[in-house]
Amino acid sequence: MAQKTYAQGGLEAVAEEMRKDKTIFYMSTDAIPSLLEEFGDERVRATPIAESAMTGMAIGAAGSGFRPIVDWRQVTFSFVAMDQIVNQASKIHYMFGGQVKFPILFRAGVGGGTRLAAQHSQSPYSMFMNLSGLKIILPSTARDAKGLLKSAIRDNNPVISFESNRLMGFKDEVPDDDDFTIPIGKADVKRAGTDVTIVALAWLVHEALAAADILAKDGISAEVVDPRTLVPMDHETIRRSVQKTGHCVIADEAGPTCGASAEIAALVTEDRATFSALKAPVKRVCALAVPIPYSPVLEDHVFPNRERIAAGVREVLKA
Amino acid sequence: MLRLMQTIRRFEERASADYLAGKIYGVVHCYIGEEAVAVGVCGALNRDDQIISTHRGHGHCIAKGADLNRMMAELYGRETGYCKGKGGSMHSADFGVGMLGANGIVAGGISIVTGAGLAAQMEGKKRVAVSFFGDGASNAGPFHESLNIAASWKLPMIYVCENNLYAAQTSAQATHAMKDVAGRAAGYGIPGVIVDGNDIFAVHEATVKAVERARAGDGPTLIECKTYRWRAHTERPGQPDYRPKEEIEAWKKSDPIQRLVNHLKGQQGQFSDDEWKKMDEEVLAAIERSVAFSEASAFPKPQAALEDIFAD
Repeated sequence: MAQKTYAQGGLEAVAEEMRKDKTIFYMSTDAIPSLLEEFGDERVRATPIAESAMTGMAIGAAGSGFRPIVDWRQVTFSFVAMDQIVNQASKIHYMFGGQVKFPILFRAGVGGGTRLAAQHSQSPYSMFMNLSGLKIILPSTARDAKGLLKSAIRDNNPVISFESNRLMGFKDEVPDDDDFTIPIGKADVKRAGTDVTIVALAWLVHEALAAADILAKDGISAEVVDPRTLVPMDHETIRRSVQKTGHCVIADEAGPTCGASAEIAALVTEDRATFSALKAPVKRVCALAVPIPYSPVLEDHVFPNRERIAAGVREVLKA
Repeated sequence: MLRLMQTIRRFEERASADYLAGKIYGVVHCYIGEEAVAVGVCGALNRDDQIISTHRGHGHCIAKGADLNRMMAELYGRETGYCKGKGGSMHSADFGVGMLGANGIVAGGISIVTGAGLAAQMEGKKRVAVSFFGDGASNAGPFHESLNIAASWKLPMIYVCENNLYAAQTSAQATHAMKDVAGRAAGYGIPGVIVDGNDIFAVHEATVKAVERARAGDGPTLIECKTYRWRAHTERPGQPDYRPKEEIEAWKKSDPIQRLVNHLKGQQGQFSDDEWKKMDEEVLAAIERSVAFSEASAFPKPQAALEDIFAD
């Protein structure tokens, strides 16, 4: 165990898996220096700026026995490859009747707080959740990033790893064990509590933990649940927590409209046992429904934070 | 080769008839008139070489060696079909013979098969990969991105443009300023070759050269096959077809199958009318068997809709 950053956790996962499996190769528009140095330019490929082709090529290589990793860098750049993601990658296994496997890892940075304005501050994971056929992970710690990415690389399906820009420098304990993985589809209770469940995603897991500290001073015990995987979502862990606390606040850096937060609210309220346990309506604390603005004053106003989460909790507890 | 070309034609004639009879659903895009391209190209390939197709994909599938029964059963929506009834005409595929699928998105397959070419290069087994696409796809981004990467990385690729002069209803001339798609190869520093796409020998010869170049590690070739689609864009009844009648008739006179038959007959004593008739009957019998196989096959169970979303 050692303290490592979120970015290092991800990189370590890739390097460890590449050492073990020669069919893994990495494509991005600039090669990552440490990977390039260790694995050479055949397995760590700097591509032309052609995300659409890179994405399509990963599909073809995967269908031909390789396990490609495509690093779009920012999710922004995945949008120029949308035909390949939506029409091809997400459907190809299904529409060809499962003839062959397509093991691909796609990596993309998400989230704001970096003063990069509208195009480079997005969290559009729900757009991809809406497609059947892509698994989606969204780690919030270095440990989770490493464990989930290792599982994603070993998975026999296209997996998108959305990685929070804000968390790249965050540090926590990361196991050195080569076989350490975190299963896809398992949520994690990041803090146990009894009065309210805060389901938080990515960076907002940390803000939710900070909000729980604030609330604890007022005698409110908040449980923080991190889904970690968006597809498939761990319904059971989330529902079990809400059944215990009777209150649910959902915190997401994305906007509310058709977001992961809406999906979580639905899985909580559609289940009779969970719905019956609710003592107040579900509350969502999300970004405002606007493109992300540049000026710090504007950007900070748009994103949720620990204060807004704490306020949301107080609101549901008051009801 | 003649047998394969005639198989494509007879398969599609039957598919069209059964589509109009309501036994095949959705849409059927016929390749009739363009058979020399698929057969000429695939005849220059090995079984482990890979191809990718378009929405007009039956011909490529047959030419690469796919099983007629499973192809027809897929069109019939049966569980014995190649895609277990999940794909239909636009997603005919047999990965087992290196046919990576028909594709409902114009230009959608070009980068995918370029990835197969990358896999071939990385494996070092001298396999090649072939992208079939139309003149319409040559205007789309994936064509340009893929040719650029394949040329830069010297991937063992052959890009085969089936220029049938129309992208659906729109004349190719109205959508690109250069007369020939092959001319675009110069922009990527690779050979661009124009062949008579209705002359199977010309198609085959150009492909053999391109395959040699690809296997030698010298990179991709763009082959433009000038050809023509005899039927409308799809088999849907009442669909507009603005192409001049005279143009269609003129191209029918250049029937790739008849040209091959004439050639074979011209070689004294090599091919008689009776032999040709017998071959056609055998082809028709094989198509008939594929229909019988399809009709005898069960439809998938409704709950099978939930299977194959993810691999294990």
